Amino acid sequence: MPAGFSAADFLYILPELVLIGGAMLLLSLSVLVPRRDGLLLWTALATVAVTLVLVVRFFGLDVTAARGLLAIDSFAAFFKVIVLLSAALTLLMSAPYLRVEGIRVGEYYFLILCATVGMMFMASGVELITLFIGLETMAVSFYVLVGFLKPNPRSNEAAVKYFLLGGFSLGILLYGMSLIYGVTGTTSLAGIAAALRGQDTSLVLVLAVILVGAGMGFKIAAVPFHMWAPDVYEGAPTPVTAFLSVGSKAASFAMLLRIFVVGLPALAQEWSLLFYVLAVISMTVGNIAALTQSNLKRMLAYSSIAHVGYLLIGVVVRTERGVAAMLLYLGVYLFMQLGAFAIVTAQRRSDIIGDELKDLSGLSKRNPLAAFAMGFFMLSLGGIPPTAGFMGKMWLFGAAIDAGFIWLAVIAVANSALSIYYYIRVVVFMWINQEEPVGSPIVIGPAMKVALGVALLGTVVLGIYPQFLFEQAEVAARTLQGITAATVVGGQ
Amino acid sequence: MVETIVFYTLSALILGLGVAVITTPNTVHSVLFLVMNFLCVAVIYVVLEAEFLAVIQVLVYAGGIVVLYLFVVMLVNLKRDPEAHQDPRRLSLVGLALAGAVLLELAGIVVYSYSREPSAPVAAAAASPVQGNVEQIGWLLYTDYLIPFEVASVLLLVAMVGAIVLAKREL
Repeated sequence: MPAGFSAADFLYILPELVLIGGAMLLLSLSVLVPRRDGLLLWTALATVAVTLVLVVRFFGLDVTAARGLLAIDSFAAFFKVIVLLSAALTLLMSAPYLRVEGIRVGEYYFLILCATVGMMFMASGVELITLFIGLETMAVSFYVLVGFLKPNPRSNEAAVKYFLLGGFSLGILLYGMSLIYGVTGTTSLAGIAAALRGQDTSLVLVLAVILVGAGMGFKIAAVPFHMWAPDVYEGAPTPVTAFLSVGSKAASFAMLLRIFVVGLPALAQEWSLLFYVLAVISMTVGNIAALTQSNLKRMLAYSSIAHVGYLLIGVVVRTERGVAAMLLYLGVYLFMQLGAFAIVTAQRRSDIIGDELKDLSGLSKRNPLAAFAMGFFMLSLGGIPPTAGFMGKMWLFGAAIDAGFIWLAVIAVANSALSIYYYIRVVVFMWINQEEPVGSPIVIGPAMKVALGVALLGTVVLGIYPQFLFEQAEVAARTLQGITAATVVGGQ
Repeated sequence: MVETIVFYTLSALILGLGVAVITTPNTVHSVLFLVMNFLCVAVIYVVLEAEFLAVIQVLVYAGGIVVLYLFVVMLVNLKRDPEAHQDPRRLSLVGLALAGAVLLELAGIVVYSYSREPSAPVAAAAASPVQGNVEQIGWLLYTDYLIPFEVASVLLLVAMVGAIVLAKREL
């Protein structure tokens, strides 16, 4: 057995190394050249951009690196692109917000990049310990980021809640993993699948599935593990909320798919049923709770819980098409959710917090461009054609019907119809409600313009031409399935 | 046979102490029950021939983490019983006894791990080029599990930066 790593291994983890190096550089720069916020932002963005370029090159590969701990395949590359894009957009929308709130930017950018590193290991890990360490790195970064508004008691409360509940859920997840290890004697997902092949389902494993499902359910904020989400989303700095609702969810979905589809195909019946229930109650509870919210961030929190319900359809269906549709929807969700949060971030000015629904009144008069963008993101989140949200939902629900989950698709469609009410309400506030304008006029700086432009472009282009992304998603889904070789028989 | 009895006795002790941790009204007692709980877990590790884990369990959990717990409990002064202060000598004796127990346990672990016959190596250990519990763990950490080991260092750095950012009044 040769010791150490080969040169190829270093090549495969080069993107992560670049990101970690960039994070260290940021930390040093923030001490060596203080008060140069622009320089720090550019360093962070450049690091993410270089990492993105390096990651894209791995698309189409299908190898395991680092002694079978990491999979360098299209599935990992797909998710890494999603988390890197969401990190980049978060960085772009952060700068003016940080200035208003008086936040030190060096540590903030450092933690964003470190959270991204954790997410990338969650996307490519194929071994329980690696996945867990990645998850923990992401989670600890977020505990701190959520509490970054130190004078704000809501932010403190959010950080403490997220930390305590997060720690508790990680314990549950770890307990489930230890049961899996106890039964199979290995932490490698491929090894677990091999050890369970042809075995009878034992009660211990069912318990493990429930525990791991609960732990991951907390991370993606699926009902009934969603209690923390509205409070944390409301209290956290808005760009952090955006990153939390897109990046951390995408990475957790990658980890969830890997563990269950690759590692536990033997218990597919059990976990499929579990996620069926979670999907139905997530979308229903999320949408009903969102109807009555008057705070934009809380509303978007409940809306993101509902979207987790939709996304879980892909896990329940567990066909290649279902997983591909889910990946496509994650790509769409990235743009529309981050776009909506970019507008909420821009609403924060020196004299107003601006995250209440009524703060949007008359936005169409004051800043028509921002109002148009926000309206478009809302329509997309609601799934109205010709936006990307519609295309994503169509593929996703189509995949459910295709696999024989008719009722799941019916419930999802009914829920989408219900959700349109509260998305349209935002549009009504911006165009029809013409109360006296609150706060100083909104200024959208150049970085924010780029973020909004990218989000808007993504939402429009994917609405008209989703095939490109869907093809990539199919390639990615196929590499995931390829590891277990045709896991799936549709239907219930 | 003996191992089974030891295992179940220890398990019962661990469960009982765990219940005691969350049921005693006095916070300091609760933390002390936690120490005993951790020590019993360490003994289980020794029985399972994982001496390295046992030492770590005593040093990190029973030692470091519980001391932090006690600091916090005493700093925030959670409605302590007034009679707990009446006899300071008794408390110091308890402290001495606990310290002695930890020392004894550590010594026991060391003696046990050096005196026992090497057991039949399990499959994974057989493939390893090094002998001994600690050596094998080190070997695994720096070869097969190098990636999570290194990522854990990033995790620790994040925790450190985070603690400073959150705790410092104004940077």
